[in-house]
Amino acid sequence: MLELIVISTLNGVLFGMLLFLLSSGLTVIFSMMGVLNFAHASFYMLGAFFGFQLTKWLGFWPALVLAPLLVGAIGMVVERYGLRNTHKHGHVAELLLTFGLAFAIEEIVSMIWGKSPLDYRVPALLDFPAFTIFSTNYPAYKIFMLAVSVIIFVALLIVLKRTRVGLIVQAALTHPHMVGHLGHNVGRVFMAVFGVGSALAAIAGVIAGPALVTQSDMAASLGPILFVVIVFGGLGSLPGAFIASLVIGLVQTFAVALDGSLASAFGPLDPSTGPSVLSDIWNVTIAQVAPIVPYMLLVLILIVRPMGLMGTRES
Amino acid sequence: MRKLTLAIAVIAPMLGHPASAEDTLKIGYIDPLSGGGASVGEGGLKTFQYLADELNAKGGILGHKIEIVPLDNKTNPQESLVQAQKAIDAGVHYITQGNGSSVGAALSDFVTKNNSRNPGKEVLYFNYAAVDPSLTNEKCSYWHFRWDASSDIKMEALTSYMKGTASIKKVYLINQDYSFGQSVRTDARKMLGAKRPDIQIVGDELHPLLKVTDFSPYIAKIKASGADSVVTGNWGQDFALLLKAAADAGLKVNWYTYYAGGAGGPTAVKQTGLDHQVFQITEGFANSGNKAAMDYEKAFRAKVNLSLWYPRAVNEMRMFKAAAEKANSIDPVKVAAALEDLKFEVLDGGEGIMRKDDHQFLQPIYISSLGKLTESEPFDEESTGWGWHLVSRIDTPQAMVSTTCKMARP
Repeated sequence: MLELIVISTLNGVLFGMLLFLLSSGLTVIFSMMGVLNFAHASFYMLGAFFGFQLTKWLGFWPALVLAPLLVGAIGMVVERYGLRNTHKHGHVAELLLTFGLAFAIEEIVSMIWGKSPLDYRVPALLDFPAFTIFSTNYPAYKIFMLAVSVIIFVALLIVLKRTRVGLIVQAALTHPHMVGHLGHNVGRVFMAVFGVGSALAAIAGVIAGPALVTQSDMAASLGPILFVVIVFGGLGSLPGAFIASLVIGLVQTFAVALDGSLASAFGPLDPSTGPSVLSDIWNVTIAQVAPIVPYMLLVLILIVRPMGLMGTRES
Repeated sequence: MRKLTLAIAVIAPMLGHPASAEDTLKIGYIDPLSGGGASVGEGGLKTFQYLADELNAKGGILGHKIEIVPLDNKTNPQESLVQAQKAIDAGVHYITQGNGSSVGAALSDFVTKNNSRNPGKEVLYFNYAAVDPSLTNEKCSYWHFRWDASSDIKMEALTSYMKGTASIKKVYLINQDYSFGQSVRTDARKMLGAKRPDIQIVGDELHPLLKVTDFSPYIAKIKASGADSVVTGNWGQDFALLLKAAADAGLKVNWYTYYAGGAGGPTAVKQTGLDHQVFQITEGFANSGNKAAMDYEKAFRAKVNLSLWYPRAVNEMRMFKAAAEKANSIDPVKVAAALEDLKFEVLDGGEGIMRKDDHQFLQPIYISSLGKLTESEPFDEESTGWGWHLVSRIDTPQAMVSTTCKMARP
């Protein structure tokens, strides 16, 4: 039992950190432009595919640097020539633009790389078990993923809270006109932030690609959970996104590990009632409903605390 | 004069076109070509295209050229019906599908309704891989024919083999949460309980179909249960990722599977290092030892660059031809009648029969294990250097289970 708890905690933290890597970019972009970037998970997918292709040509480590740069550049182009132009037509237009972009990226990716999963391997350097707890190996690559996520989180916090750049960015979020009057190019700040947000998603893609599945529907399968994370954590709050990522990672992992059902807690229903919808619900285990648990959390938090865990405004 | 020749040159192909369109025999291939099932669906498509080319090279079926029409259903029953209707509107009278019994059930129902509403425009559904037993029991249809062994036939064979393996003490079941996965778990529980009551079922897991990207939490659970064997019906990415997570965690158990040989499966098995500890139950496999089948495998690999994962597709297309020739027609109604009780020498050797009662093809079944190859086994899988090795062969009479099908005949 202890073994299961320790391993599940590790797995949960790992998944949580990966979610954070993705949602941090989304959160920053949201708080800046007030628009949920539906294409964010698509940038993650682009990161994975670019990472795969560059790994083939140049090796994993150059890919880890180059792929996010490329995706960041694409993000900047999208902001400069897409979002900025639609901005004057309001948030709905921006939202629809990112929505359409997500589909376009998925189609383009499946045209180039096909629809089957790619054979994206863990680099040989990290392909060994890092340590063994209770006879379960823990792969070095997962430790690497964890380390990258933590480093990015710390770096992001320092840049935003402790540097001049962070100061301008934060000011531009709340008082763009004032920052503009002070002589800063607000448009360029927005473009840069959007680029960095996209690049963050791409880093997650490059490092998650070999561990999870790299295929053309990976964005669609991950997109919804990201929104759960940023809404749960509080729209626009970076620490909130961090906590929410960990909570959701852990909750989902532990939900899988639990075999409890209403029947096991309160005893089986009277057999004379026979198989019915009711007894189906009664016998469903927590493990079986694990995939919907995050969404249940989302609904719950919207009822109890609509601004999210650490959100500052009601929206 | 020149205008006339020009007119003829323009019109003649137009006139010729409908005639040649009727000459081709279109088979609608409805399977996932995107999403989590894509790797499996694309493999199947290449197989059917190869089979069509092969038949066409020998003059097709009764002089009709075969054309495979690929239709992407995203492993979604609703989408499948849309694709099926599209196919029928395009003049398709034969559809083939395999991946996903939920899709199979929807298609079978759709075809049955279509045929009762449109007499004279019947459609046959050739099922090459959807193995939910209900398709040939309570949900059976006259218009549905299945070439794969149903999951209870496979489980019967698998548990008969497990019965003789004394080292199995604790078994963990992990399956996809839909009709097929559920029938695997209930069959396993029932048949293991009857044949080896001493075996303990230490876990019985259902997970969402083709949605899980990381199986580590499930592997942690299997490990904690103390299981020595796992029985799984998982296919596609759900199998490959399950084994990948097992390899990462260093889980050492015996795996009893239906689809370890599917795309990505053998690579994942090789990573686990479980030499001859992953078993698979199929109607044929690369190193079966049958000369004709092995020659066929060689030619197939040379051209398609995949291992022949669907010997049943070969049986399906060859039997289609045999039935059409027997009926001397490609009319679906006549072909269906000719298929009933048709005996057929299967690709891997031995005689099979399309049972009239439920349209289930009965055939020899093999259990094989994946590991290092011996000298007489030439074929590896996915360039891993490992390949399938014969463990047990169950002949047709022993590989039968009874049916409860009460078929409505036209």
